[in-house]
Amino acid sequence: MMARLSARTMTAAAYMAVCYAFIFIPVGVLVLFSFQSGDLPVPPLHGLSLRWYASAFNDGRLVDAFTNSIVVGSVSSGLSVMIGFMAAFGLARYDIPGKAVMRAVIMLPLAVSYLLVGMGLLVSSSALGLGPSLVTVIIGHVVINMPLAFAICQAQLGEHQRRIESAARDLGAGTFRVVFEITAPMIAPALVAAFCLCFTLSWDEFLIAYLNTRFDVTLPVVIWDLLRGGLNPETNAAGSFIFLVSISVMAIVELFLRRGRRS
Amino acid sequence: MTSRTPPAGLIFALPALLWVGLFFLVPVLIMVGYSLHPLDQSGAPGPLSLADYTAFFAEPAYVQALINSVITTLIVVAISTCLAYPFAWCIACIVPKKYQRLALLAAILPFWTSYVVRSYAWLLALSPVGAVNKALLALHLIGHPLMFAYNPQATEFGFIHFFLMLNTLTIYASLTQINPRYELAARDLGASAWRSFVTITLPLSIPGVAVGAFLTIVLCIGDYVTPQILGGFRELLLPQLIMMQIQRQLDLPMASAMSLLLTVLVALAYVALQRWLRMARL
Repeated sequence: MMARLSARTMTAAAYMAVCYAFIFIPVGVLVLFSFQSGDLPVPPLHGLSLRWYASAFNDGRLVDAFTNSIVVGSVSSGLSVMIGFMAAFGLARYDIPGKAVMRAVIMLPLAVSYLLVGMGLLVSSSALGLGPSLVTVIIGHVVINMPLAFAICQAQLGEHQRRIESAARDLGAGTFRVVFEITAPMIAPALVAAFCLCFTLSWDEFLIAYLNTRFDVTLPVVIWDLLRGGLNPETNAAGSFIFLVSISVMAIVELFLRRGRRS
Repeated sequence: MTSRTPPAGLIFALPALLWVGLFFLVPVLIMVGYSLHPLDQSGAPGPLSLADYTAFFAEPAYVQALINSVITTLIVVAISTCLAYPFAWCIACIVPKKYQRLALLAAILPFWTSYVVRSYAWLLALSPVGAVNKALLALHLIGHPLMFAYNPQATEFGFIHFFLMLNTLTIYASLTQINPRYELAARDLGASAWRSFVTITLPLSIPGVAVGAFLTIVLCIGDYVTPQILGGFRELLLPQLIMMQIQRQLDLPMASAMSLLLTVLVALAYVALQRWLRMARL
């Protein structure tokens, strides 16, 4: 029995090791060769250096795109969480006819490819005679991220919060006071987590940004342009930096969700 | 219950509904309109016609791209599900409870590498001078560098990597929702470990598999980056064709028609998986 059990565990461990190796190969290669002191991001590794990070941080296009990405990510995630939270509150607390349809409409963008969202905005702005701009990208990112924020908030609005809300109402608080001074602070961890999740998705989104921008672009679009120049350790450095930002943001999510679960 | 009049709830939901309506539904309708007015010789929108749709199906290269997209997506769904299921099962059933969350987070960590950068990283690893070839050469498994990149298999490889992570997440979530008592009961009644897995755990985890499969289809069939970076130009996928219509032909009506066809494929996948998607509570 003991031997069979350990054989099973061994097989499982071996399989997991193979999967982890497969999953981590590209990240490993990317990060390792971002420290390459030679000129190409492929073996042999000539030595470790930070020269490609220096060159990435001195690349004006990368720096501009970085700023744009931060702005697009913050604005679109802020809007997504605000609109998504309000809709979740409205649908959770009031009996409105056609609730199921409204929920389906709000969730719909999650079930289509980004290509359709990006194409729709491109065709519409061309129909309206508008040029490409970061505003369109922000609008598109709210379309794809707001349903997520909505779903996260909806999962958090339970009976417990409802009782506290009605207590506040009984004490004379108006609807807006209840929403912004009682409900929102109560589910603040979920709101922060939703914001961070939306931010990382916007930060990383390529297709909508690529279709709807020309000169003022976001980080993934600049990286895309860098790729045309062939293999270059500067791309590794920029990519590793983007990865670092994303996992830092996700670490914040993890912390907030853990705190939310504990309370 | 205080007086809860419908309008108040509607006011809260209105911004979200308007946003989706104005910036998603209306644009899609405009696309439908565009696709029904193909460009004429001078490059201006012509009269109402289905010509772009019939032209699509009359052009073998376009139909081939459609078929390539469907086949690639099906291969990716099949392989990534088959790889992810045992992986998720190991995390849910073998790894001690205390370390499960850590194991899962580690399994999806590379998810947060930038989407564009991820394909580039595979290109680095798979190129003839890349790490994988160097490792195989050093181990004397191959005599000369192999060309792994720039073919349809490289595209599938890149996709499978990403969707292995995604499917592991959804399948793990559904596995941990299964009440462990069901399986214990089956074992008490004399079922073998394998039999109780096949008759209890597997069927109950199908909703998670379906959610993962549907997300894979949505994200895979509409992706332009992975095939463009890894796939080379011999076998194009539909999104590559759509981008060519936009960038080279400047033919927005045709690009709209193609994007809508792609969306019809996704809708068909939804209908096929609907039964299980409804059951999923992830």
